[in-house]
This record gives sequence, structure tokens and C-alpha cells, in this order.
Amino acid sequence: MRGDWARFTDTFLNAKVMHKYLPDILSGVVVTIELAFLIVVTGIAAGLALALLRSLAIRPLNWLIVVIVDLFRSLPPLVVIVLIYFGLPSVGLSPSGFVSTWLSLAFVLMAFSEEIFWAGITSVDRGQWEAARSTGLSFGQTLMSVVLPQAFRLTIPPLTNRTIAITKGTALGTVVAVTEILGQASSAMSNSYNPSPLIMGAAAYLVLFFPVVVAARWVETKFAWKR
Amino acid sequence: MIQSFFNPEIIVASWPIVRAGLLNTVLLSLLVVPLGLVGGLMLALLASVKHPVVRWPLMAWVDFFRAFPPLVLLILLFAGLPFAGLELGGFVCVAIAFFLNTGAYYGEILRAGIDSVPAGQIEAARSTGLSRLQAIAYVVLPQAVRNVLPDLLSNTLEVVKLTSLGSVVAVPELLYQARQAQSLTYNPTPLVVAAIVYFLMLWPVVRLLSRLENRALAGR
Amino acid sequence: MNRPIVDARGLHKHFGSLHVLKGVDLTVAERELVFVIGPSGSGKSTLLRCLNRLEEPSSGSVVVDGIDMLDPRTDINHARQRIGMVFQSFNLYPHMTALGNVTLALRKVAGKSRAQAEALGRAALERVGLADRAGHTPGQLSGGQQQRVAIARSIALEPRVMLFDEPTSALDPELVGSVLEVMRSLRESGMTMIVVSHEMGFARNAADRVVFMDEGAIVEAGPPAAIFESPAHERTRTFIGQIQRH
Ligand SMILES: Nc1ncnc2c1ncn2[C@@H]1O[C@H](COP(=O)(O)OP(=O)(O)O)[C@@H](O)[C@H]1O
Ligand SMILES: [Mg+2]
Repeated sequence: MRGDWARFTDTFLNAKVMHKYLPDILSGVVVTIELAFLIVVTGIAAGLALALLRSLAIRPLNWLIVVIVDLFRSLPPLVVIVLIYFGLPSVGLSPSGFVSTWLSLAFVLMAFSEEIFWAGITSVDRGQWEAARSTGLSFGQTLMSVVLPQAFRLTIPPLTNRTIAITKGTALGTVVAVTEILGQASSAMSNSYNPSPLIMGAAAYLVLFFPVVVAARWVETKFAWKR
Repeated sequence: MIQSFFNPEIIVASWPIVRAGLLNTVLLSLLVVPLGLVGGLMLALLASVKHPVVRWPLMAWVDFFRAFPPLVLLILLFAGLPFAGLELGGFVCVAIAFFLNTGAYYGEILRAGIDSVPAGQIEAARSTGLSRLQAIAYVVLPQAVRNVLPDLLSNTLEVVKLTSLGSVVAVPELLYQARQAQSLTYNPTPLVVAAIVYFLMLWPVVRLLSRLENRALAGR
Repeated sequence: MNRPIVDARGLHKHFGSLHVLKGVDLTVAERELVFVIGPSGSGKSTLLRCLNRLEEPSSGSVVVDGIDMLDPRTDINHARQRIGMVFQSFNLYPHMTALGNVTLALRKVAGKSRAQAEALGRAALERVGLADRAGHTPGQLSGGQQQRVAIARSIALEPRVMLFDEPTSALDPELVGSVLEVMRSLRESGMTMIVVSHEMGFARNAADRVVFMDEGAIVEAGPPAAIFESPAHERTRTFIGQIQRH
């Protein structure tokens, strides 16, 4: 029994291997955080911009927005990453794995957040628009001061959940050689013939994302649709 | 541009390979969606026992998988377990990973659905002599599922998209096959074809979801 | 004294194939209180909403306080500040306090500083008897209080005319009085008002003129006593009979 446990820890929690590859995993953590940050900021900003454009109600533009949004909601993120990374070199563009992953997941987050923001904007009662416009506020002022603040409240829970789900996708970067956590852990594992780095990597993901998930649960109860 | 992204000869040549992948993606989805639903139903039924001894570990379980990237879970099973002498193969690993990961998501959705059914429904059912389990199965669950149908559908869409992870552990699904064809032909056309296939397959679902979500908002 | 504040002529409004306003003329003099009654769907709300161009009339003209509301060169947002509107469903901004609701347009459209806006806003809340509720959000107020905040939101902008679209229809009966009280004091201060409402008691002792609308047209108009006691048209008589039975 003791022997089994010793063999288990030797294989999966090998202190020497872990010590050796800890710096690699940590550098992977940094890359994951950078990637996640870029995805969240650009993806949500682009999604909000599209939703605002859509509220202008210009027919052909709206169709274009809906098609783009539907496209990135339909395609698996990994397919988008692979397409950008392996496809674009054929036309002379060679985005790095990092840039490919960033762009792909930012597009996906843009699509989902546009849909969420749009749902939030349209869910605000028409009377709110009318009251604001009747006091002389312009379309833009009404949108900014009256409609968006109410829409945001409704969008926060679904947006946090979606953002977490998409940001976790940074692990997909491994497939296109991004040196984020999973990439570092995998190569450390094949170099050391030992799975301990993978366990470390898994732990690193939990340390990064578990608090976010717990916070999201709290936000969800706090901002639950009241009515 | 057309030559590199939508080369007709390559489409024709690689189509049998891509088609086989499509078939496997459909089969894989038909396996992992019910698997995830079963896992989710188990979690949701457990959660309907409101006792803290059940509640907290359950919440931790669900949050664990919400925090854990599914690809990491898959690699852990596929590349980590062999060190413990357990070589499961890509297909089985995908099945287990999906059971755990998507089960947690389905579980959370179904739990919310069950919570949305008024307590009076169970009381009414119990008052007519149904057992607790019967009351849940015949009275609560049907209403719960209807209340969260858009969320269930949305998650199912994500699960189908997630089957593309199988390509990382050599399960010959659509993306894997397209990449094989790409490396055989030195041309990204098969990848584009795979993307179009995904889009054509899933776009109707996305449209339907948009409708359902808008109707849910309008109904408030 | 008799200069018209509102002068609408030949108003037509179509919603697709539905012809909702069929040539409505309405002139309202300064300090006048005009009551508009009529069956549901007769176009009362649409008429009010055409006056501040929340609805675009299909044809006709609307001049308010000398400003041609339908002229594309008119700064509609500025013009709308002169026309207060009170809605059946209050439409207060739920994410702002009562004071925030009242000061928003003062700051954003009238260009007042925050301090100026708040002073004017508090004065407006005072006029509707809610000075002590300035920091409350709509969710913390009763329906009657919410509607009074909505009135304050309009009067803070010092409009030349106020439009009321069934201001008491969404209220519990015991809360109606407080809103009518505010409307009465507004009238006494000389505000020009157009009121769509079924509060006949209020119409009788506060209105200068009652206008009866049916099927998108004005059937008849006159002093309250004349319209209520001896209407000239059968349709008017039927309608008044129906609402008085309730
Ligand atoms: N935005 C709109 N689109 C289509 N029809 C409308 C719209 N607003 C009002 N209507 C129609 O116009 C008619 C008059 O409505 P309204 O002015 O609200 O009547 P009232 O206020 O007298 O009850 C009704 O038949 C109503 O259904
Ligand atoms: Mg009306």
C-alpha cells in the first residue's frame, strides 16, 4: 500500500521534475494571462461596438453583422484557430500561433458578446426610449445614459459565463504552438517522460480560473434578473 | 486566392476524407450529447436534495469543471493516465472528458430549471400520492426542461462544436480529417471545406437559438 | 392670452394600411386645459405623440409655441424640451434616483451644471410634494409617487405645454388623488395642458374644453358641461354613458 502511494507520487507528483519545470509552467501562466487579457478586452469591445452599430438599424449593415455573428457562433473555436494559422500563410500572411489564437477567440467572443449586448439593449422597455426622447435627449444620449446602463445589468451574468468559457479556450493555442500553460506542460512532459508537469499545468489553470468561476457565481446571484 | 482557399480539384480529391470526418463528428455528437445529458441529470437530481452536505461538494464539482479547460482534461486523460498503466485511446478519453465537462454544464442548467418550478408543484404531486422521485420525473422535470430549453440547446451547440477537440487526440472527426487532407495536399482548401460544413450544419441551430432567446426576452 | 401654444392641422397618421388619424385639427390656447376622451384605439395616444414627434405624422402640420415641429431644420431635441410628456406607465429610469431622473435632461440637453440641475430638480420635486424622496429609486416609490416624479421630470424643463397620456390609468384607486392634485396645482400655476384621461370628475371641474375622439377623428368639442350633459352626437352620448356607469 505504501509502495503504491510512493509509486503514484513518484509518477504524478514528482518533486524533482516539478521543481525543474516550474519556471516553464510559470512562463506559460504569463502567456495565458496575456492572451486572456487581450481576448477579453478586444472581444468585448468589438462585440459592444457591433451591438451599438446594430442599434442604428441600417438594414444592410445589420444583415452583415448578423451573418458575422452567426458565423463565429457556428464555427468551433479550434477550427477558426487552425484556419487562420494554417490557412493565411497561403496568401502570404503568417500570423504567429499567439496572434492566431488571440484573433480567433476575440472574434468568437465578439460574436457572443454582440448577441448578449443586443439582447440587453432590445430588452429595455420602449417607454424608456420615449420618455428620454420626449425630454429632448438625442438618440445617442438616450442610448448612453438611459438604455445601456439598464442593458448592462442584464448582460453581466451571461457575459461573464461566456467570457470564462471562451477565455479557457486559450489552451487551444497549444495546437498552434503557443507556449501557454498547456503547451509548456506538454513539452515538459515529453522532455521528462513524466506527467507531473501536466498536473502542475492543470493546477495552474484551476488557480487562474476557479476564483473567476466562483466570482461569476456570486455576480450571477447579485445581478439576477429581477422581476 | 481561389486557388489556395477554394481549389476545386482539391475539394473533389479530399471530399471522401472530409466526408468520413463529418460522419464521425455526427456519430461522436450522438454519443457525447446523451452522455453529457445523463451526467447533468444525475447532478441536477442530486442538487434537488437541498442538504448542505450534498450541495457544497456538488457546487465545487460543477465549478471545478467550469474552471477547467476541456482540452486540458482531455490531455490529462489521454497523455497522463498511460503513466498509471491505463491506456484508454482517444475515443474513450473524449467520451469520459465530455461526460465530466459537459455533464457539469448540463447539470447547472437543469438545476436552474428545476429551481424555476414552483415548490407548489411538488406539493400538489405528493398530495396525490406520487413519490418524491415520481413527482420530479413526471411533474417537475418536464416543466424544468421547457423553462431552460434555450440554454439546453445552446449548450448542445457548444458540445457539438467541442467535438473538434477530438482532433487533438487523433479521433478522426471532421477537423482531424480536414487537417489530414490538408497535409496530404499542402493546401488549406480542406480546412475551408470543413469550416463550411460546420457552418452549414450548425447555422440553423444558431438561428433557432437567436429566435428563442429573443422570444424569452419579449415574454418578460 | 389667446395666442395658440399648440396648433395642429390636418393631421393624418397611417401605420401601414391602418389609418389611425384622419385629419385632426387641434388648437390649444395659452393656459388652456384641454381634455381628450374617446374609446380605446380611437387615436388619442397617437395624436399626443404626433405633437412632440415621437410619432412621425403622415401629413399635416404641427406648430408648438411658434416652432414648426415637422420642419427638418428644427432642432427636435430642443423643441421637445418645451413639450412635457407624462406616460401611463411612468417610464422612470429604474437605474437612477428620483433626482437623477429629473436632472438628466437638464444636464444633457439644457446644458446646466450639475449643481444648477440639482437645484432645479429639487425645486421640481418640491412642487410635486416629493422633496424628501429625491434619493429614492423608482423601485422604492409607490405608483403615485413615481408618476409625480415623472411629472417633475417634465416640469423641471419649464415646458410651454404638458401632454398627459392616461396619467392615472395604471394607478391603484387610492393613489389617483395625489396625482390629480399635482395636475390641479399645475393648472393653477397657468400651465397649458392636454390631458388624455377618463377621470370625468377632474374633467368637469378643471377642463376648459373637452374633445371627444372616435375612429381617428374629432367628433365634437366644447365646454365640459355641454359635452357631458348634452352631447350633440349619438356616439358621444353612448361613450359617456358607458364610462359613467363604471
Ligand atoms: N406603433 C404602432 N404600430 C401600429 N399600429 C399602432 C401603433 N401605435 C398605435 N397603433 C394603432 O393605432 C390605433 C390607435 O392607437 P392609440 O393612438 O394608442 O389609441 P388610444 O390611445 O386612443 O387608445 C390602434 O388601433 C392601435 O392599435
Ligand atoms: Mg392610449
